[in-house]
Amino acid sequence: MSILSVKNVNKRFAGLQALDEVNIEVEAGIVHAIIGPNGAGKSTLLNCFVGRLMPDTGSVTFNGISLLGKSPHEINQAGVSRVFQTPEIFGDLNLLENVMIPTFARRDGAFKINAWSAVSDENDIEAQALSSLEDVGLIDSARVTASQLSRGDKRRLELAMCLVQQPKLLLLDEPTAGMARADTNNTIDLLKTIAEKDITMIIIEHDMHVVFSLAERISVLAQGTVIVEGLPDEIKGHPKVQEAYLGGAKL
Amino acid sequence: MKWLNIDKSDRLLLIVFVLAVLLGPVIMTPIGGGYPDLLQKFAIFGVFAIGFNILFGLTGYLSFGHAAFLGIGSYTAVWAFKLLTMNVVPAIILATVMGGVFALAIGFVALRRSGIYFSILTLAFAQMSYNLAYSVLTPITNGETGLQLRQHDARVIDGLFGVERTDALPTTELFGLSMSGWSGYYVCGVVLIITFFISLRIFRSPFGMMLRAIKSNQNRLSYTGVNTRPYTLAAFVISGMIAGLAGGLMAATDPLAGAERMQWTASGEIVLMTILGGAGTLVGPVIGAGVIKYFENIFSAFNHDILLNVFSFLPEALQQAAATFFGLFVGEGWHLTLGALFMLIVIFLPGGLMEGVNRILNMIRRRSSSSGPPAPAPAADASVKAGE
Ligand SMILES: Nc1ncnc2c1ncn2[C@@H]1O[C@H](COP(=O)(O)OP(=O)(O)O)[C@@H](O)[C@H]1O
Ligand SMILES: [Mg+2]
Repeated sequence: MSILSVKNVNKRFAGLQALDEVNIEVEAGIVHAIIGPNGAGKSTLLNCFVGRLMPDTGSVTFNGISLLGKSPHEINQAGVSRVFQTPEIFGDLNLLENVMIPTFARRDGAFKINAWSAVSDENDIEAQALSSLEDVGLIDSARVTASQLSRGDKRRLELAMCLVQQPKLLLLDEPTAGMARADTNNTIDLLKTIAEKDITMIIIEHDMHVVFSLAERISVLAQGTVIVEGLPDEIKGHPKVQEAYLGGAKL
Repeated sequence: MKWLNIDKSDRLLLIVFVLAVLLGPVIMTPIGGGYPDLLQKFAIFGVFAIGFNILFGLTGYLSFGHAAFLGIGSYTAVWAFKLLTMNVVPAIILATVMGGVFALAIGFVALRRSGIYFSILTLAFAQMSYNLAYSVLTPITNGETGLQLRQHDARVIDGLFGVERTDALPTTELFGLSMSGWSGYYVCGVVLIITFFISLRIFRSPFGMMLRAIKSNQNRLSYTGVNTRPYTLAAFVISGMIAGLAGGLMAATDPLAGAERMQWTASGEIVLMTILGGAGTLVGPVIGAGVIKYFENIFSAFNHDILLNVFSFLPEALQQAAATFFGLFVGEGWHLTLGALFMLIVIFLPGGLMEGVNRILNMIRRRSSSSGPPAPAPAADASVKAGE
């Protein structure tokens, strides 16, 4: 059964067809990778899933409900969390607060005036946030201001912020970009343990090592169109992919 | 066991704050500020600044029209004195409510935009209120003369309780306690303490955390499942209510209301106070309000003759030159001094006076920790909190 269904999506930016009749079905519970050269339209596609962009035509349905025209917070409350290509975190707040906020959002919904209770009494929320920080290996920096983190750590923080919400669908836009090899491997391991839970992941990634370690299905996007889709083994040696991706060089 | 549901370090902060308010006259007398009118101003502008800080300090939305709510509060309070009673309780409550009602309407429109567009919208609204008060709304505001008490005002509630009418204008009171002089200061002081306590609770609440998240990265917050608009609107309404409250207090201590209270310079002043003291900190805005009102009081009292006196040790030509030069910065020209002071702070202490205080505290801590054992991390954390 597919959890996310993308049908005939088009998006045009002043003279540039960024997405051209994109069709993708994402099966529930798997890791689905979207790969493709720079500028292929991968981030644009994710933007159409989370309410940042509205496709010109086509449909995006999640668990049977249309995501088009919904605002970002509604889509998140429906169970979709996203890690951005450039980390989006609360730079002025510490790591613990960064993760507590999505935890509150999950418990209290999109809006609740909770002005008379103290954050320091929210032991449950704090415990969940700390455990999420522990999962991504940032527990020792819980009281550090988030803007001071390295780019790789910011990305892991963002991942913790998404994971604490226990989303049904997790969107990852290049989650290992800017990470050293050892960190990348840690992240792969982390994502593998997450994938075992009841969670669907869409991962956009440049690093083929990451893609082939994780993906159960791969769509290849080039110039806004899905040129091939299949199992990792089918993609690996596919001539069209090599042509689009590396201009003929071997993957 | 948590007392008033606040943490230990905050409890200390609250106690210090209460003591500072209670001992206000004792503290201010040695530096020439120990008289009730000035201290009333400190307290009232402290309330105003705390309210402004809940919007600007927490969410980062810079309102350039907050004086309008102050003015609305004052008009409402004076009308309450005229129509209902000289007791300040109904006046202050109604002023707060009206501040909130107007903030709800204005916030609903202005919060559709953020950044500079939001600021411009609030400024436009305040200027509109200012102009309306002078034109169409004259029956309510009494135009340029300002709204004043009259002997023959209705004062329905006072009438019911058989308060006697005399030939003199009635004066404001709180169940018999006069609102002028020191008793007036202490009424304002108690309101200041209550407002500070509310602000403290908001700062430490999940709601306050959401507001700070809006300032830090509103985009991320939406993708985290939070509908940010009602949060900003709630902050705007709370801060509008507190501005209305401050306006009500202003009228309670001096029962007249004029449109100049809503002018853009008044809106700008509250921005200056908050930034000068430290936007987003708990006590900074109160300190900023105090500092500005204190220096305003000192500098605007100077005139050419006093300056000549000050420079009497100089030869006559120099004395005249010095008095003329410094004359630019005092009296009516005191805003020039304020501008210069503000520039210095923003350039050297972008976090306001509270950043200066924290830097000094950190220096002392570092010095004491280099001689003694290293300070444990939790202690450092607590003092940062207290420093806020
Ligand atoms: N908001 C935008 N306005 C105009 N052009 C855009 C916008 N977002 C993306 N693009 C363009 O769309 C194309 C696809 O971009 P993107 O989706 O970011 O690619 P990818 O993530 O696959 O590298 C690029 O040519 C990019 O310049
Ligand atoms: Mg991209």
